[in-house]
Amino acid sequence: MRNAYVYILIMAGVSYAIRVLPLTLIRKQIKNRFIRSFLYYVPYVTLAVMTFPAILHATQSPLSGFLALAAGIGAAWLGADLFKVAVLCCSVVLIAELFPL
Amino acid sequence: MEEEQRMKKSSLDRKAFGEGMRDGVPIGLGYFAVAFSLGIAARNAGLTPFQSFLASLLCNASAGEYAGFTSIAAHAAYLEIAIVTLIANARYLLMSCAMSQRMRPGISLGHRLFMAFDITDELFGIAIARPGYLNPYYTYGAVLVAAPCWAFGTALGTLAGNLLPLRLVSAFGVALYGMFLAIIIPPGRKNPVIACLVGICFLASYIFSVWPVTSGWSEGTRTIVLTLVIASGAALLFPRDTEEEA
Repeated sequence: MRNAYVYILIMAGVSYAIRVLPLTLIRKQIKNRFIRSFLYYVPYVTLAVMTFPAILHATQSPLSGFLALAAGIGAAWLGADLFKVAVLCCSVVLIAELFPL
Repeated sequence: MEEEQRMKKSSLDRKAFGEGMRDGVPIGLGYFAVAFSLGIAARNAGLTPFQSFLASLLCNASAGEYAGFTSIAAHAAYLEIAIVTLIANARYLLMSCAMSQRMRPGISLGHRLFMAFDITDELFGIAIARPGYLNPYYTYGAVLVAAPCWAFGTALGTLAGNLLPLRLVSAFGVALYGMFLAIIIPPGRKNPVIACLVGICFLASYIFSVWPVTSGWSEGTRTIVLTLVIASGAALLFPRDTEEEA
């Protein structure tokens, strides 16, 4: 078993480095088109990959996870903010698991 | 005259600080709920409430911490944690780049160092939405409210995740994914490339989780490989022009 505090310090160090380096070092606009595009797409790809199929295993049954996914996509598409989408997903799972098929 | 200007600036800074605290309240409330579910992930990774509190206080990253906790649960190598954190937080690099373009010329290094500490989707969003140069005190006000909510929410999730009935834990567990969806889905309305990209990511991620060659990899490794491949592909096929920066 590795040390939990070392894990946390590595996470903290990398998280801060990512945020502080551009802000302190970059004084001009980034020009490279590929890097700009790559950086633009990265958040969407990472979060999408982490969401599915993991959401199906986060709940007690894959069905309730799937329903939460569908509801979350629908609400986010219609413009609900971050907090509302999160609460809706939780509620869907709660209701779905209260009334198992 | 100079004295007068300094007084004016200091009163503006104080006003910005107050506005930051006000805008930080709804963000803090949202953070609290999401952090709770993150705390449950930390508990599953074997962390104590204090450790998850510390991680949230220092990292301030939902996806990044979640990816890190998942890797800790799998007893990943230290290098893997570093790379996973880097990939999951790569968007903050972009936000930091964007903020660097909006800093008042001659602003002190100290302000740059502190403003960088809590760049998140929401705090970046409210700061960048204000006109003109970024006011560091606005950011400090918002962070002062939002960051403790995040850290205590995580600790409470780790602590109470044990006490809550399984059904509630299961329900809170999807809050994080709900938050991810709220970030990745809305831009797809305006940009079909992103909408398709999200669909492709879901499909590829599913295939990687069941394909015998890749299903043995850790979740973190799969995320890294898929992100590098898919985001590079998208950047090559659909490069973005400087002007269409969101």
